[in-house]
Amino acid sequence: MNRREFTKAMLACGAAIPFGITRAAGQTRGGTLNTIIQPEPPVLVTALNQQQPTLTLGGKIYEGLLKYGADLKPMPGMAQSWEISPDGLTYTFKLFPGITFHDGKPMTSEDVVFSCMKLLVETHPRARQNFARVASAEAPDPLTVVFKLKQPFAPFIGCFDCTSAPIVPKHVYDGTDYRKNPENDKAIGTGPFKLKEWVRGSHVHLVRHDGYYLKDQPYLDEIVYRVIPDAASRALALENGTVQLVQWSDVEFYDVQRFKAQKNLEFTTKGYEYFAPHQWLEMNNRIAPMNDKRFRQAVMHLIDREAFSKRVYFGNAKVATGPVSSKTKFYDPNVKRYEFSVDKAKALLDDMGLKPGANGKRAEIKYIVPPYGESYQRAGEFFRQSFARVGIDLVLVGTDMAGWAEKVGNWDYEMTQNLLYQLGDPALGVARTYISSNIKKGILFSNTQGYSNPEVDKLFDEAAITLDEAKRQELYSKVQQILVEDVPVAWTLEIEYPIIYDKAFKNVVTTGIGSHETFGSVYKS
Amino acid sequence: METVRAFLRHPSGMIGLVLLLVVVVVAIIAPIVFPVSPWEMVGAPFTPPGEDGLWLGGDTLGRDVAAGVAYGARVSLLIGIASALAAMAIGVVIGAISGYFGGKVDLVLMRMTELFQTIPAFVLAILLVATFNPSLLTIILTIGAVSWPPLARLTRAEFLRLRHREFVEAALCQGERTWRIVLGHILPNAISPILVVTSLTVATAILLESALSFMGLGDPNLMSWGFMIGAGRTVIRNAWWMSVFPGLAILLTVLAINLFGEGLSDVLNPRVARRRS
Repeated sequence: MNRREFTKAMLACGAAIPFGITRAAGQTRGGTLNTIIQPEPPVLVTALNQQQPTLTLGGKIYEGLLKYGADLKPMPGMAQSWEISPDGLTYTFKLFPGITFHDGKPMTSEDVVFSCMKLLVETHPRARQNFARVASAEAPDPLTVVFKLKQPFAPFIGCFDCTSAPIVPKHVYDGTDYRKNPENDKAIGTGPFKLKEWVRGSHVHLVRHDGYYLKDQPYLDEIVYRVIPDAASRALALENGTVQLVQWSDVEFYDVQRFKAQKNLEFTTKGYEYFAPHQWLEMNNRIAPMNDKRFRQAVMHLIDREAFSKRVYFGNAKVATGPVSSKTKFYDPNVKRYEFSVDKAKALLDDMGLKPGANGKRAEIKYIVPPYGESYQRAGEFFRQSFARVGIDLVLVGTDMAGWAEKVGNWDYEMTQNLLYQLGDPALGVARTYISSNIKKGILFSNTQGYSNPEVDKLFDEAAITLDEAKRQELYSKVQQILVEDVPVAWTLEIEYPIIYDKAFKNVVTTGIGSHETFGSVYKS
Repeated sequence: METVRAFLRHPSGMIGLVLLLVVVVVAIIAPIVFPVSPWEMVGAPFTPPGEDGLWLGGDTLGRDVAAGVAYGARVSLLIGIASALAAMAIGVVIGAISGYFGGKVDLVLMRMTELFQTIPAFVLAILLVATFNPSLLTIILTIGAVSWPPLARLTRAEFLRLRHREFVEAALCQGERTWRIVLGHILPNAISPILVVTSLTVATAILLESALSFMGLGDPNLMSWGFMIGAGRTVIRNAWWMSVFPGLAILLTVLAINLFGEGLSDVLNPRVARRRS
C-alpha cells in the first residue's frame, strides 16, 4: 500500500463509522455489573496515573478521541471521523456533537487541545513523547481539532485511545496544579459512567451519565468495582457470582483453567491486542558474561519456554519469537529460532570460553525477582533450574517495589524479568527498549539493559517517520532479524491475560483495549 | 550420668527427643533419599499425593513436596540452631556483664534490653530482613538479634544470684582474674537454665524463620517449610497437600523441641530433680 492508498483507507475507515453505531436489536437498558479492581488505584484520573487498575476503572469515566479494534485499526471514540493529510503531517479530527462532561459543561475541541498539549505532556510520560512531535494544535471550531506534526510519524494515529490520551475538562484544570486539584476526587470526564462514590478499601460505585452523547448508551445503570485484596477471595467471588467480570490478573493463572469450564461464564483472551504484554528475561548487557552475544544466545536455548508457559502460566501464554509480539503490527515470524537445547547452549558457552570450573560451575549470576506477585517468584525459580543444567548458578535476590525500580532503572542489576506493553505499533512500544537514545539512567522501562547498535537505531528511526506501510514492514522485519540474532534480552512469553465474565453480559470485549474500554455498549440480556 | 538417666525416665522429654532425632535423621539423609534438588520440577504441576511417585504430591511447578519437606528440615534446623546460638552469645555476654558488674553498667545494659523487649520481635525481624536483603546469614543474625533479651535477663538474674556466694567471694579473695571468675566459677553454675531457654529459643527461631519465609522474606534460594506454605497458600482450596505437609513438619519439629526443652528443664532443675529421686 502506498501513501495515498493508506490515506484513502484511513478516510474510508472514518466515513464508514457513523453506520456502525446504529443500535442493534435486543439491547436493553438497565442492570448492574459487579466487578473487581485489584489493587485499589491511588486516584481515578487516568491523565495523572496510568497503572493498570486506574486505567481499567478510569476508562469508564474518561474517553479518548479514538478506540482501536482487535486489528489495531482506529475506530471512532469521541471523534466521529478523522483525516490525515497525504504528507502525513496534519491530523484533523471531527468530534461528535453534544458531548458533555459529568458536571454538565460541554466538551469542545478546546478541551482536547488543552488536555493533549498542556496537561498530558506534564503528567503522562507516554503522551509526553507522542505530543512532543506536534508543532501546533488548533481548535478552529468547537468540533474540530487539528494537529500539525513537526515531521511525519505514522503511529501518531495510534496515540488517541483512553489510556494514551484521555480528555479532561479545561475549565477544571487550566491554571491549577494538576496533581493537587481538589476536583481530582470527583473524576470529571465525559465517559458513559460517572463516579457516584468511592469507599476506600471497599468499592468504587459508578452510575450512568445521563447526558452521554451516543443514543441510548450506556445500557447499564451502574458498575460497581469491588476491592478484594486476597486472590482466593477474588476467585470465590467470581465462582459464586458476587462479581460478574474479572480482567488482567484479578484471577491467578492457576485458577483460570477452572473458570474455563464453568458453564455460566464466558472466557476470552481477546481485548489485550493493543497492549500485547511482552515478557522477557532481562540481562544487563554491560556486565560479563552477559556482554557476550553468545552467552545471551545460550540463554535463549536454555529456557524451555513451552514448559515455562505450561508450568508457570498454566498455558495462558504464547512463546515469544522476538522483540515484536505476534499481536502487534509489523510482526515478522521469519527470524532465527532458538529451540530448547541444553547442548547448543553448552556449545555456545564453551565457544565463548565460559567453561565449567573445578566445581562444575561456569558462573554465578544474581537475579532480582520482580516483586509483582507469585508468578514472578515461580518464574525466577524456573529460570534458576534452567541455568543449573549448564552449571550456571542463578542466585535469586528478593526486593520490594521501590528497590526493584531503583536497581533496574539505575542499571544496578545482572538479571531480572521484565514485561512491557507493545501499544499497537513498534514505534510506540518496542523501539523504546532497544534504541541507544533511550539509554536513560534512572528511568524504568527504557533501554535499561544498555543494548546499543547504530544499525538498529537507524532502522527504528527511519521506520518511525516512514508513512508507507510496506516500507515500514521491510524496515521492521530487518530490525527484528538483527535483534533476534543479538538477543539484547531473552524474550520468553506473550502473556495472555484472560477476561472472564457472566454470559448474561454482552459486548464486554469489543476492541483491542478490552477491559479498559468505556463499556457504554455493554448490556445485560 | 545421673542427669542422662533422669532424662531417659522423663516420658514427654523422651518423646520430644525421639521426634527431634527423626527430624535430624531426615535432614541428614535428605540428599540420599532425594538425590535431585528439591527445586527440580520432576512431575506435573498439581500432582496429588501418591501419584507419579510423589508420595506427598507435587507443587504448583511440579516440584516434589516430599523432597521439599526433607530439605526444609535442614534449613529449619540450621537456621533454628544457628540463630539460637547467636541469641545465646549476645544474651549471655550482655547478661553476664550486667549481672557481674552491676551499677551503672547494669542500668545502661538493662534499659537497652528493655528497649528491645518492648518492640514486637516479629515486626523488628521483618524490618531488619527487609532492610538487609534476605539471605541465610542476614536471617540468622536477624533472628538472633530479636531473640536475645530473655536470655540476657535470665543470665543477669543467675549472675546476680551467684555473684555474692561464698565460692565467688573466695575466688575474689584469692585474687583470681575477673574473666576466670566469670567463666570458671559463675557461668558453669548458671548454665543449665540458660541451656534450657536456648533450646526453647530454637523452636521460636524455627517459627520466626517460617513466618518470614511465608511472607516472602526468606532466602529465595533455600527450600524452607515457611516458603512452601507461603507458595501453596493461595491454592489451598485446590491443593491442600502443598501447605499441609510442610505445616505438619513445622508443628512436629517445634513440638519436639519444646517437649525436649521442658524435659531438660525438669531434669536440670535441682528442686524438681530432687523431688523425683
